[in-house]
Amino acid sequence: MMQFDSISDFFNMGGYAFYVWLSYGVTFFCLATLIITSARQKRKVLIDIAKKMDREERLKETRSTKS
Amino acid sequence: MWKWLHPYADPERAYKLSGTLFPWFAILAGLLIAVGTTWGLVFAPTDYQQGDSYRIIFIHVPAASMSMAAYMGMATAAFIGLVWQIKLADWAAASIAPIGAVITFIALFTGAAWGKPMWGAWWVWDARLTSELVLLFLYLGVISLYASFEDKVLAARAAGILAIVGVINIPIIKYSVEWWSSLHQPSTIRITEKSTMSTEMLYPLLINILGFGLMIGAITIVRFRAEILARNGMRPWVRELAKAEEVK
Amino acid sequence: MKRGISFTQAFFTLLQRDLKIAIRHRGDIFNPLLFFIMVVTLFPLGIGPEPQMLARVAPGIIWVAALLASMLSLERLFKADFSDGSLEQMLLSPQPLAILVLAKVLAHWILTGVPLIIIAPLLAVLLNLDGNSYGALISTLALGTPVLSLLGAIGVALTVGLRKGGVLLSLLILPLYIPVLIFATSAIDAAGMNLPYDGQLAIIGAMLVGSLTLAPFAIGASLRVSTN
Repeated sequence: MMQFDSISDFFNMGGYAFYVWLSYGVTFFCLATLIITSARQKRKVLIDIAKKMDREERLKETRSTKS
Repeated sequence: MWKWLHPYADPERAYKLSGTLFPWFAILAGLLIAVGTTWGLVFAPTDYQQGDSYRIIFIHVPAASMSMAAYMGMATAAFIGLVWQIKLADWAAASIAPIGAVITFIALFTGAAWGKPMWGAWWVWDARLTSELVLLFLYLGVISLYASFEDKVLAARAAGILAIVGVINIPIIKYSVEWWSSLHQPSTIRITEKSTMSTEMLYPLLINILGFGLMIGAITIVRFRAEILARNGMRPWVRELAKAEEVK
Repeated sequence: MKRGISFTQAFFTLLQRDLKIAIRHRGDIFNPLLFFIMVVTLFPLGIGPEPQMLARVAPGIIWVAALLASMLSLERLFKADFSDGSLEQMLLSPQPLAILVLAKVLAHWILTGVPLIIIAPLLAVLLNLDGNSYGALISTLALGTPVLSLLGAIGVALTVGLRKGGVLLSLLILPLYIPVLIFATSAIDAAGMNLPYDGQLAIIGAMLVGSLTLAPFAIGASLRVSTN
C-alpha cells in the first residue's frame, strides 16, 4: 500500500524532506563515486602495465641497434 | 584438509573465478537494494513517533551493520594472509578497506542527518555514533598505512597487523564508549527499538541489509581483480590482458 | 645452538643500554615533559581561569596531555636503532624478539612515563584539582601510561621505516588509546566525588596485563615488516 497520496507529498516526506533526501543523496553520491573509481581501477592498471611493456620493448630495440 | 583450496590461491584462477562470481553479486545487490529502498521509502508505514524522518533507517542501519562486518572481513583476510602467507588474502584485505571506510562514513553521515530532527543536533556523543567514528579512524589508519609503503608486499603485511590489533581493540573500545556514554548521558533517546518495529518496516530493512552486504561483496570483487592485476604485472597472462586493453 | 646469554640477562642488558643512551641525551627525557607542561598550561589560557571550571576539566586535560606527550616521545623509540642498524642486530639475535622489545618499551616508560607521573600532581595543583582525586590521578597514570607505551610501540614499529611517519602515527594509535582515557578520567572524576574507583582501576589493570602479554608479539611482528 502506498503511504503517500501524491508525488509532491512523497517528496515532502512529512516535513522531513531536507534530512531524508540529504541522507539518500549523500549515500548515493558516495556509493556512485566508490563504484566508478573501483570500476576504472582495472583499466588504469592494465594501461600502466601496457605502457611499461612498451617502454621495455623500446629499450630492447635501442640496445639491439647500438650493438 | 586445505588441499582443495590451494588451486584457488593461484592468482589467475582467482581472477577468473571472481570474474564469474561478480555478475551474481552485482545483479542480486542491485535488485535487493532497489526493492528494499523503494519499499522503505514508498510503501513502509509512517512511524507514529518520528514521522517520515525514520525512513533514513533503511540506509543508516544497513551501512552501520555492514561497516562492522566489513572490518571483520578485512581483519579475517589479513589474518589468513599473515599466518598462511596467502597473498590473495592480503589483496582482498587491501581491497575491502576503502569500501569499509566509505560505508562507515555513510553510516555516520546518515546518523547525523537523522539526529538533527530527532535530537535537535547534528552530532551528539552517543555511544553508537562515537564508536562508529572510532571505526572510521581505524579504517583510515589501515588505508593510509597501506598507501605509505612503496613495497606493496610489506604494505599489506603492515596494514594486516594493524587491522588485527584493531580487531582485538574494537570490543574494548565499543564497551568503554558505551559505558562512558551511559555515564555522561542521563537520558539516552533510542532511535531504533527493534521490538516495537512492525514487520512492514522490518522486511525492507532486512532486504537492504542483505543488499548492502552483497554490494560490498561486488565492489570488493572489482577492486580485488584490479589488485591482482596490479600485483602480477610481470606474469604473461596479465601482459596478454594488457595488450588486449591497449588495442581497444 | 648455544644461546650465549640467558633471557633475563638479555633483557637487563638492553634495558641498561637504553637507559644509558637516554641519560647521555638528556633532551629526549625533558622535551616530552616540557611539552606536557606546556599543553596543560595552555588550557586555562584557552578556557578561562575560573577554579570551578578548571577543577571540572582537570582530569581530562591532564590525561589528554599525557596521551599526546607519550605519543610524541614514542616517535624516537626505534628510530636511532633503526638508522644505525642495531635494530637489525636485535632481530638477528638468538633471544626472542618479544623480550628485547619489552626491554626497550620498559626503558622508554621509565624515561618518559615515570617523570610524567611525578610532575602530574604539580600540574593538578595548578588546575585546582579536587583534593580527593590525587590518589586516583597518580594510580591511573601509574597503571595507564605503560599501556600507552605498549600500544604506541606497535604503531611506532609499523611506521619506523617510513620517512613521514609522524602524522600517520597519531592516526594509528590515538584510536587505540581511547579506552584508557575513558576509564582513567572517570576514575579521577569518581574519586573527586568520594565514590569508589577501584573498578575503573581494575579495568585499566586488566588492559595493562593484556597489552603486556600481547603487544610485544605485535611489536616484534611489525618490526620484522618494517626492517625488511
